[in-house]
Amino acid sequence: MIFDDDMETLPREELEALQLRRLKGLVDRVYANVPFYRKSFDDAGIRPSDIQTLADVRYLPFTEKQDLRNHYPYGLFAVPKDNVVRIHASSGTTGKATVVGYTKRDVENWATLMARSLVAAGATKRDIIHVAYGYGLFTGGLGAHYGAERLGATTIPMSGGSTKRQVILLRDFGATVICCTPSYSLFLYETALESGIDIKELPLRIGVFGAEPWTEEMRRDIETKLGIKAIDIYGLSEIMGPGVGIECIEAQTGAHLQEDHFLLEIIDPVTKEPLPPGETGELVITTLCKEAQPLIRYRTRDITSLNFTPCRCGRTFARMHRVMGRSDDMLIIRGVNVFPSQIESILLETQGLTPHYQLLVKREGNLDTLEVQVEVDEKIFSDEIKNLQRLGGKIQKHIKEFLGVTAAVKLVEPRSIQRSEGKAKRIVDMRNSS
Amino acid sequence: MKAEQISIFLENRAGRLEEVARLLAEANINIRALSLADTSDFGILRLIVNDHEKAKKTLKDGGFTVGRNAVVAVEVPDTPGGLHSILNMLSSQGINVEYMYAFVQQSSKAATIIFRFDRTDQAIEVLTKNGITIIPGDTLYSM
Ligand SMILES: [Zn+2]
Repeated sequence: MIFDDDMETLPREELEALQLRRLKGLVDRVYANVPFYRKSFDDAGIRPSDIQTLADVRYLPFTEKQDLRNHYPYGLFAVPKDNVVRIHASSGTTGKATVVGYTKRDVENWATLMARSLVAAGATKRDIIHVAYGYGLFTGGLGAHYGAERLGATTIPMSGGSTKRQVILLRDFGATVICCTPSYSLFLYETALESGIDIKELPLRIGVFGAEPWTEEMRRDIETKLGIKAIDIYGLSEIMGPGVGIECIEAQTGAHLQEDHFLLEIIDPVTKEPLPPGETGELVITTLCKEAQPLIRYRTRDITSLNFTPCRCGRTFARMHRVMGRSDDMLIIRGVNVFPSQIESILLETQGLTPHYQLLVKREGNLDTLEVQVEVDEKIFSDEIKNLQRLGGKIQKHIKEFLGVTAAVKLVEPRSIQRSEGKAKRIVDMRNSS
Repeated sequence: MKAEQISIFLENRAGRLEEVARLLAEANINIRALSLADTSDFGILRLIVNDHEKAKKTLKDGGFTVGRNAVVAVEVPDTPGGLHSILNMLSSQGINVEYMYAFVQQSSKAATIIFRFDRTDQAIEVLTKNGITIIPGDTLYSM
């Protein structure tokens, strides 16, 4: 099913013509209304009228997350504050929060894009949608909520936390779709089992999962345990929130990015040069329709590639490869790039381990050390020391083979790895703390 | 002829062993025998208790990873060479002892030792054939 047939299946040439029209309008708008962009265009020696083709976008300056922080809170608004009806903000763990404003039309567009996403995930207006993303300044909860209502589904604004109660309501209200982080779905599953509830036996059939990196193996794990289809949703609060892209249930091979609203580029994160279609690099997004806070060439830090081949669902929007890592999360261990998702794949391929692991990075002298903590569950536990030592050795060997770094593998008791009720904390980097 | 043992995964940090003992005490479970094997990072606690089902559930609820394994309780003659003769008859059949630990008993002429073999059924066969006394689980748990 497709929510917005006209747009989502637009032939490529028509889509690009629409993008160019919107891009030209956008550069005019930001140049006229946002001092930051006027200055950065001027510094780069570029005028809005220089943008004649979509490829010309490469001459425009980038926007970094730091630019949002530097203009905290309202410095990048392109409309008078009276026209802003909503503010979201992401937590600033390393400095100021990043603030995003929305006009009335921005909120409506977002709801539409989220409704499109839910339909692509297989939901219909007859579904009961349990929204377990946090409500509040975080875009997840309200974003999913407005989309579910726009679709006409029964929406349950559960928000995050109170996991035991969530399980009870999940059962009692008969939710058929859940929106949350993938790790939280596993946490819900475990909590449900402890209360004697097997989520597999509930009417739940679809999970719309996002807001943290996850892997194909984790998808299989979730689909088997919960007995649902697990769909990857993509979004960034700086760009809009959830619904920037969504996998279709027909193919489940990468999120279709909603190209009528977003112009996409893949760049080399080091040289910052655009890369040809299909190559892997950092995703850069220009918001074509955002009114309150449009962003030009926003550097998402997400490492991925775009697939422009036709999809069996009929959508013409490009599909992005599952995020292979974030340049922010990328750990550089003794000069080697390591993404947490790679470690997760290795663990799952090694022994079908539960995806509960944590990476501990320390600096001893001038040397970076990586410790991989893996929870020992009943599947891998043995009463013999040598079997567990062999397992640790095998994981260590695979990490060395696949990633080229030597890691210490430490087996830990279940649940000793912190499970936050939102995002799983995968990395503890202690290199700058001492 | 097999006896049952539960095994518990422990991190090497203060208070974990005590936590196991506390949980079992609160559940009124009696520890009949135990052995702790450890490395610098983790340990494995093996227990013979009077109620394995209950012990396993108690510890699982307490957040521990718990396994159940088949072991053999062997009565070793309290004479010089008693243990050696038993180990010898097993190794001559290619049966390996993964680990073993003593079962403490009051007032007995023989010592009881808990064995974990790589091939439990064959070990029982060899021991029985050689006239060695194996203590059945039910007897063991209430000894
Ligand atoms: Zn598709």
